[in-house]
Amino acid sequence: MYLLKLIARNALRHKLRTILTVVGLTIAVLAYGLLNTVVDAWYAGAAAASNARLVTRNAISLVFALPLSYESRIRGVDGVTLVARSNWFGGIYREPKNFFAQFAVSDNYLDLYPELVLPAQQRSDYLRDRKGCLVGRQLANQFGFKVGDVIPIKGTIYPGTWEFVVRGILDGRDETTITRQLLFHWEYLNETVRKKTPRQADQVGVYVFGVSNPDDAAAISRSVDSVFKNSLAETLTETEQAFQLGFVAMSNQIIAAIRVVSYVVIVIIMAVMANAMAMSARERTVEYATLKALGFGPAFLALLVFGESIAICAIGGSLGILATPPAASLFKQATGGVFPIFNVSVETIELQAACTLAIGLAAAIVPALHAARVRIVEGLRAIG
Amino acid sequence: MSAAPLVEISHVAKSYRRGVQIVPVLTDITLEIGEGDFIALMGPSGSGKSTLLNLIAGIDRPDSGELRVDGLDITRLPEAALAEWRAANVGFIFQFYNLMPVLTAFENIELPLVLTHLTRRERRERVGLALEMVSLADRMHHYPSELSGGQQQRVAIARALITDPTLIVADEPTGDLDRASAEEVLSMMQRLNMELGKTIIMVTHDAHAAGAAKAIVHLEKGELIDGKFR
Amino acid sequence: MAIPLAYIARNLWTRRLTTTLTAGGLALVVFVFAAVLMLDAGLKKTLVSTGEHDNVVVIRKGAETEVQSAIDRNQASIMEMHPSVAIGADGRPLASKEEVVLISLVKISSNKPSNVVIRGISPTGLGLRPQVKLVAGRMFKAGSSEIIVGSSVAKGFSGTQIGEHLRFAQRDWTVVGTFDAGGSGFDSEIWGDVDQLMQSFRRTSYSSMVVRLAQTNLFDRFKADIDVDPRLADEAKREQAFYSDQSKALSTFINILGFTLSTIFSIAAMIGAMITMYASVANRVAEIGTLRALGFKRINVLAAFLVEAMLLALVGGIAGLGCAALMQFASFSTTNFQTFADLSFRFILTPTIVVKTLAFSVTMGLIGGFLPAMRAARMNIVDALRAR
Repeated sequence: MYLLKLIARNALRHKLRTILTVVGLTIAVLAYGLLNTVVDAWYAGAAAASNARLVTRNAISLVFALPLSYESRIRGVDGVTLVARSNWFGGIYREPKNFFAQFAVSDNYLDLYPELVLPAQQRSDYLRDRKGCLVGRQLANQFGFKVGDVIPIKGTIYPGTWEFVVRGILDGRDETTITRQLLFHWEYLNETVRKKTPRQADQVGVYVFGVSNPDDAAAISRSVDSVFKNSLAETLTETEQAFQLGFVAMSNQIIAAIRVVSYVVIVIIMAVMANAMAMSARERTVEYATLKALGFGPAFLALLVFGESIAICAIGGSLGILATPPAASLFKQATGGVFPIFNVSVETIELQAACTLAIGLAAAIVPALHAARVRIVEGLRAIG
Repeated sequence: MSAAPLVEISHVAKSYRRGVQIVPVLTDITLEIGEGDFIALMGPSGSGKSTLLNLIAGIDRPDSGELRVDGLDITRLPEAALAEWRAANVGFIFQFYNLMPVLTAFENIELPLVLTHLTRRERRERVGLALEMVSLADRMHHYPSELSGGQQQRVAIARALITDPTLIVADEPTGDLDRASAEEVLSMMQRLNMELGKTIIMVTHDAHAAGAAKAIVHLEKGELIDGKFR
Repeated sequence: MAIPLAYIARNLWTRRLTTTLTAGGLALVVFVFAAVLMLDAGLKKTLVSTGEHDNVVVIRKGAETEVQSAIDRNQASIMEMHPSVAIGADGRPLASKEEVVLISLVKISSNKPSNVVIRGISPTGLGLRPQVKLVAGRMFKAGSSEIIVGSSVAKGFSGTQIGEHLRFAQRDWTVVGTFDAGGSGFDSEIWGDVDQLMQSFRRTSYSSMVVRLAQTNLFDRFKADIDVDPRLADEAKREQAFYSDQSKALSTFINILGFTLSTIFSIAAMIGAMITMYASVANRVAEIGTLRALGFKRINVLAAFLVEAMLLALVGGIAGLGCAALMQFASFSTTNFQTFADLSFRFILTPTIVVKTLAFSVTMGLIGGFLPAMRAARMNIVDALRAR
């Protein structure tokens, strides 16, 4: 159709301008996609969380532990299936910038996390070695850990230099599973601490437990907390997802700022695009007037402008979308351990496409109106 | 020529607003143009000749008066209908050719046919004929930037013909051309008038170009000098 | 013979829509650039300004924050007797043994819990920090369940106004006063009696100790002695250095994010400027030819268009900076990654930031306008005059 022919050729008329605009769009859509992915990454813990797992922590804050004696009492609550212990270890591997999560966990912890896949042989090796540890696949890849390696960790909360022997590599069942972590025996932590800093012994960071019916989670949470109300260490129990979202909420202002900035970049490129389209439209006033004289209506002219804007945006936007996954890979490598999960989601791509369309439409509104409203006689007299 | 005039202009007036001032351009024009006429509208700058041409072509509206083309009062037509009327009844030739720079000569000529219901093949045939008529068949795939002024104007002439319009209007068609090209264009217009019987109304300030027409109408300060003309 | 500035400026005014859109895009970029710099300056000021030059913080070796650290009573007594520690008017050492923990309070902006530092201080604690001043209510009574809150906590968290109670560790704690710490990190803390808090939290050792040096140059000796003493497993740092180190991760994050964003944004803005300037040149081909014919040289033409581009960028830059300056009325609080505690800081506009921002803005104009200006300068007079 003539309309498409005219649109395509008009877009290629000012090659330099079109190339610059496309480059700008690519960069803007790419930046938007990356920023969106950064926000998603922040929520990775919550996304990987299960509603069938609950977390009990000290009601004052995570800085306070819970007594070991709580374990059997939690297990005694109706609906609770399996109770595991987890202490955040927070140690340093060689340098602070090599940060990764380390947890001292009870042996039944793995039963609560079926998404962490471990070969049976490795599992029994781990259970047999009290100084053994399990490392996630991502961690193993980053630092080259292999089964049998000894990993030295400098303790911060639990002072001293600790050594763990890698007995197994944990694989994630899907790409949302976090495999950038190290697990070791809670018993080993406890017995070592009892000798060195006894006041830290028999303390559990959080209890993680399963429930027979996830729909009862809220009621079971309340039951568990009521058991310990008015005791020395009051508890706060919530689903694992709520627990993870709690961490996200602590950085909510940064996340909000990043979100705002991701849309600012879209607005910036919208201004650039609007400017480019306005200039093109102004330069073609004589042509629009001629087309009108020949009998083409305002709708045709408006479509000409919208079509060109959307076509250019589609090219730039597509390039930006295509560039996002590789850029995300690079970004992940560059930032090391900060984001254990950094995947470009389908939703991000959808949003990128929507923004591209919005830019194409918004940038064309004023020039399209101008073209449609050209008065033939004045338009013919205009200087291009 | 024929019994009823093709174009009947009755007491047409037009003025423009310049800021707060109202500048009259045409005052009480009454004129008749017959089918097959080739008229040159002449006058100094500011005489209103281009404005009159614009009114006849249906790309502007008079403030008062009637303008009938082939019996139809075009001043009464709403915008969309006027556009349709132009597409079917008027062929335009501009001083600066006004070709679409992104379309080839062939496509430029084909452009007005896009508004019709002809099939691709039918369009192609017509364009081929028009190209023959202006002797540009060998350049049909060239873009305007690759053609000389004279050649571009010939493409414009072909475009003006393609819908077999009732009227052809030309605004300073030789204004941007050298002597030789101007001659070519003028003689082509004469052929259209003589051989195809096309009614042509041309605005020009060039006496030599006006000489190619069959009759000259003079305008000065918005009024016809020669009075009613037939 | 340079082309007059008025001519250049008027050209921008004539094509107002284009100028507005281009300058608008530039303004946004500049705004983000300046805001990030201001945020980082605010963070630095908050943490660098936390503490006194002659105060020294002692924590357990290997611990990175006060929360992770533990100093038992014996160790504390040994250290406060060190000759480098100043003696107060009452004849006792100017040392404060402190208990630092985090409690979960509901943050007003997110309506979700965040961690807030609670610091139990000794009677000398307030005096050791002259930058901290009570602005409402009164100091808590020793031996009571009373607390005072920093101004940022009072503003950002619910239940922290004078007269209200916070319940934790099985006790109700009454807020009896609000203090202002001059925008330093202490503004994000709650203070109470160290013995009461330790009792409530069932702690037997302190988290940290803060001492005032008798003389500032005694720091090295103090630090060295603590380091080698076999009875102690602690380390000492000057108070200001201690707190500023705790913001390194957050500061680095803000800087990297800001730098990346500014780079990307500035490319988009420069593209916008380039498009505008190319069109500006293309529209005035005949003018350029005329100017050259009149006797202006190529370099004059180059300069004129470069100045036009930089003027455009300057307009955008000033607008962006103006909006960024408004951010000074906003405060920003987030959890410091290293300490795991909520920290409040502001956007601070320093003269350095103003200069850096305007320079950034003008540079964008210069780079964006360079190629188009070259094109204008390289034009052939005759061709230019012939163009329609």
